[in-house]
Amino acid sequence: MILGLAKRWSVASYTLALLIVMPLVALILQSFLPDEAVFGHLMATVLPTYISNTLLLIFWVVIGALIFAIPAAWLVAKCRFPGRNIFQWALLLPLAMPAYVVAYVYTDLFDYAGPVQRTLRSLFSWQTPHDYYFPQVRSLGGAAIMLALVLFPYIYLLARTAFMEQSTSLGHAARVMGCSPWKSFWRLSLPMARPALAVGATLVAMETAADFATVSYFAVPTLTTAVYDTWFEYGSLTAAAKLSTIMLFVVFAMVGFERFARRKQQLFQKQSAPGELDYFCLNGAKAFAATGYCFILLALAFMLPFAILLQYAWGYFAESWNAKFFEYSFNSLWISLVVSLVCVCIGIVLMFVRRVSPHKADMLPSRLASTGYALPGTVLAIGILVPFTQLDFAINDLAYYFGLQEPGLILTGSSFILICAFCIRFAAIAIGSIENSYKRISPSLDMASVTLGLTPKSLLARVHIPLLRKGIFAGLLLVFIECMKELPAALLLRPIGFENLATYVFQFVSDEQLEHGALAAIVIVLVGLVPLIYLNHSLEQEK
Amino acid sequence: MRVITSLMMVGLLCSASVVSAAERLTVYSYRQAFLIDPILADFTKQTGIDVDVVFSKKGIAERMMREGRLSKADIVLTSDFYRLMELAEKDLVIPAKSDVLKQNIPQKYRSPDDMWYALTMRVRNVYSSKERLGKLDINYEDLADPKFAGKICTRSGKHPYNVSLVASMIAHHGEAEAKTWLEGLKSNLARKPQGNDRAQVKAVSEGLCDIAIGNSYYLGKMLQDPKQKPWADAVEINFPNQDNRGSHINVSGMALAKHTKNAEAAIQLMEFLSSDAAQQTYADVNMEYPVKADVKPSKLVASWGKFKADDLPIYKLAQYHGAAIKLLDEVKFDL
Amino acid sequence: MATLQVSNVHSSYQKHVVLKGLDLTVEKGEIVALLGPSGCGKTTLLRAIAGLQSISAGEIKINGKAVVSDNEFVASEKRGIGMIFQDYALFPHLTVAENVLFGVKLADKASKAARLENMLALVKLDGLGERYPHELSGGQQQRVSIARALAYEPEVLLLDEPFSNIDAKVRREMMLEIRNILKSHNISAVFVTHSKDEAFVFADKLALFNQGQIVQCGDAERLYLRPEDKYVADFLGASNYLEATVIADKRVSTLIGDIESDQQLKATVGSEVELLLRPQQLQIARSESGVGEVIERRFLGSVCQYLVSIGSKTLDIHSEYLDIKIGEKVAITTTLHGLVLL
Repeated sequence: MILGLAKRWSVASYTLALLIVMPLVALILQSFLPDEAVFGHLMATVLPTYISNTLLLIFWVVIGALIFAIPAAWLVAKCRFPGRNIFQWALLLPLAMPAYVVAYVYTDLFDYAGPVQRTLRSLFSWQTPHDYYFPQVRSLGGAAIMLALVLFPYIYLLARTAFMEQSTSLGHAARVMGCSPWKSFWRLSLPMARPALAVGATLVAMETAADFATVSYFAVPTLTTAVYDTWFEYGSLTAAAKLSTIMLFVVFAMVGFERFARRKQQLFQKQSAPGELDYFCLNGAKAFAATGYCFILLALAFMLPFAILLQYAWGYFAESWNAKFFEYSFNSLWISLVVSLVCVCIGIVLMFVRRVSPHKADMLPSRLASTGYALPGTVLAIGILVPFTQLDFAINDLAYYFGLQEPGLILTGSSFILICAFCIRFAAIAIGSIENSYKRISPSLDMASVTLGLTPKSLLARVHIPLLRKGIFAGLLLVFIECMKELPAALLLRPIGFENLATYVFQFVSDEQLEHGALAAIVIVLVGLVPLIYLNHSLEQEK
Repeated sequence: MRVITSLMMVGLLCSASVVSAAERLTVYSYRQAFLIDPILADFTKQTGIDVDVVFSKKGIAERMMREGRLSKADIVLTSDFYRLMELAEKDLVIPAKSDVLKQNIPQKYRSPDDMWYALTMRVRNVYSSKERLGKLDINYEDLADPKFAGKICTRSGKHPYNVSLVASMIAHHGEAEAKTWLEGLKSNLARKPQGNDRAQVKAVSEGLCDIAIGNSYYLGKMLQDPKQKPWADAVEINFPNQDNRGSHINVSGMALAKHTKNAEAAIQLMEFLSSDAAQQTYADVNMEYPVKADVKPSKLVASWGKFKADDLPIYKLAQYHGAAIKLLDEVKFDL
Repeated sequence: MATLQVSNVHSSYQKHVVLKGLDLTVEKGEIVALLGPSGCGKTTLLRAIAGLQSISAGEIKINGKAVVSDNEFVASEKRGIGMIFQDYALFPHLTVAENVLFGVKLADKASKAARLENMLALVKLDGLGERYPHELSGGQQQRVSIARALAYEPEVLLLDEPFSNIDAKVRREMMLEIRNILKSHNISAVFVTHSKDEAFVFADKLALFNQGQIVQCGDAERLYLRPEDKYVADFLGASNYLEATVIADKRVSTLIGDIESDQQLKATVGSEVELLLRPQQLQIARSESGVGEVIERRFLGSVCQYLVSIGSKTLDIHSEYLDIKIGEKVAITTTLHGLVLL
């Protein structure tokens, strides 16, 4: 805490936070406008289905992700079995897979025309789809499984850490009192990991609510696709804004739940100091089962889809390896780079002010700025377009007034709006990462620096930033992957004619010919892999 | 503060491409750029006017509305009649006065007030399985017949092509009857509406359904693709309602953007698109039916035979567009 | 002129009052310990002096210049304060040398190097300048932090529980060593601790805190032998209280008999008071007719601790006689000293 911190720090952090919250405010204002009964019509017809689809999807994805993640996390954290050291990081890889790519690959495999059903048909000499039952891939259930497959690593990562941090002496105490490993999992490990699981589940739920591509490909209408359709089919921005507000309601309810869970988590963590680790060494059938479980999960969520992508890319390499591919890759890369740098700067400023400011009110900006992540891409797009368009016109009017040449749509007509939207959406990730890093810097370092004559600015530059290096880098990488993958905001906000890898791949997915976009999809995955491996590595080192 | 300023700077640098050359047109297109690139290249060669095509599947009207007077669009190309109407309805286009256009494009395929012009026609065909149904003499109305229960495949009802078909049903039968029909059709579906028209033909070839609803040119394009040819070979193309009003026609078209800063060059391009050469390219490359009477469809398309087209002027369909969308929601066609 | 002068300082934190009107003076070269249980406000005062914590009223002067008062606030970085922390607060990304020179604003390299060498020699860490803090032991880290603070040439040095993380075996030695350094440089220091033993060893003067107030301030002996209230008496050592009646100006009567004082008593003859007796001020001897009975015995090394009951009263007595057994009757006497009546 620095008493007498110059006002401009607070002003800067409030300005940043308000810029980030602006779309949310714009959206809510927009949703109060009259909308020519479009919303009423939706409510009377399809809206209940949209809402129930959204909730059901979230529910099933969370259940699925928990079922995938918890055993894997527990096995990796508490047991030793062949391949454990590889699975430990490899199980994070599915995060790099865009869900719609996985969805496409599995549809190709399991659809009526896919190799699986074809083989079944030829085996049992069935002729038509009416001769046998096979679950529909393109269904709510299918979408839930696809999303759970790529999102479970969020829970896996948090649960793994939670399991690892559980003090061994607690486990010993339980066992001395006659708890079998199995029982101690149910009575001890799982309840203690509950807050971490809740946080992970919320992340998964938010990602699910924000998903556009998978549900759109599977023709499972949810609120996200409804926002998109209402905007474009009915041409009613206001009705879309109203839908978005409903969506926000759902999302904020989840965030509230998460905060609640985190509050408890602190209590839990205080009690359990990490002790010396000890493991269950598995062998024989148990080891086989553990390895098998992790392997199958990894194969389904990553190896198989990735192999199929490689095969597509190999077959269509000549068509895909062209100038457009490079242009779009370049677009993705530079936008992601700019956004991650900006997000990290935002994170540093907000967290710095939060840390050193003596005013309680300065806690708020970083919290406000984190709400951006709760806005699904489609919702955010609507929220940001409204004020930016007005700003654009204001700029042009001003230019006109001064007799200058009108600059045109410099904000909404360029990548600027895309960059802003990404920053708003992902600033929270950078903030979180830096916040975590800050927690490890003893407050006495600040006091020591200040008493040794450092100004706030040099405190930041000479002490905090060097010490936050890891957190900053991690935030940079995380934001980078998210930008590479983010689809709906890019789809809605890109300057007309602009493509990046995500929109390019999605276009092929929706045209049912991912083969042509496989190379681009591989780039997205590979670029995402590097940060994941690095992050896991640095997490390991902290242990 | 410095962060905010640098954020702004980055943004402005990114958007530094706002400089515009003197003779340059911007086309907002609902059609994929590669379909029209060759034609535009010819245009540039002839006139020296550069053309930028920006493609978007959805939301061009919405975007133009938002961009208002600052829009860079000179011409809009659409793949569907309603998108044309919508542009006019929302006051985003202005009449393109040109005798050449009037001469090239039959009256039925342009708006009475020169707001838009059609370029090509596409028929909403009914494909049937060669193996299981053979060639059919079918009406759209028959698609609701219980005998086809579980046998029909189609893409999302909300897709413009299907909305347009539903609108034509409302135009001919009234809303109540159209709703009954739509419900019948929905109950006949082999699977939930999904994929594009191509995917429906594929589904027929795989035996998932016997009937697919799809536009004419998809078949042409599939026959040209080695991987997709077997799918196309498995179906017969049928022109519905030949004994009565004729098959439902949709059009792709063009319109002059309201805030064009170069109307003259834009009209020049529009005229070029309606010329014999351009129309022929449309026909040959994209397998569509040219609107210009004396341009012949491609050989392949011609081999499907002549057909009777629904006489309903396309701008009349526009009146029922909203009703069609609402109807689709009411019967929960896609759900 | 006093190096540090704290007058009537009030402070509140999140609506509860932490400091309630404190006065404290630190003379040049003096080491003052702020002593008290945790949560009594001593760290708050330290931070207020450093400018890391705001105060709601009062004034703090360093070398006669107000650094905080009703209408004055000098930022921490301009107060010339050296501070030593419980966790040493060494910058983990900097070497020992960089840490030591962190606050040094000398322009030329040579004098910087000289200062560094001086400081490292002072804290006996010569040659370790290129190491990183994590490569040093706890004691060495603490020395670095002292070198760092002294290199900055502070007006006053603040130490916040600096020895609590140091291994008990070397703590005393370390304290004496640092005390010597401070003394040899004539540095004024304020030292926060909750341990009376540390305060006794390290400080010249003790300020004993209780709930945001300094209850007594003075040298250690005075506080121990002549506490002003029971709180001070209890905080600094074990104590027995006996009801007593003053029967003369140097004599009281208690249930172990009359006791003589070698100084004038503060209470008037005839008044009822409580007499403070430290365990070592009482003596026992085996005696069949003694008034007390030993009910507990604990061997402490050089002395033995006995709990002796006299009627309903139990006294804590340290005695050099090690062989008295539980259940034996004893006579109780006191050593001659200035009696403390509370």
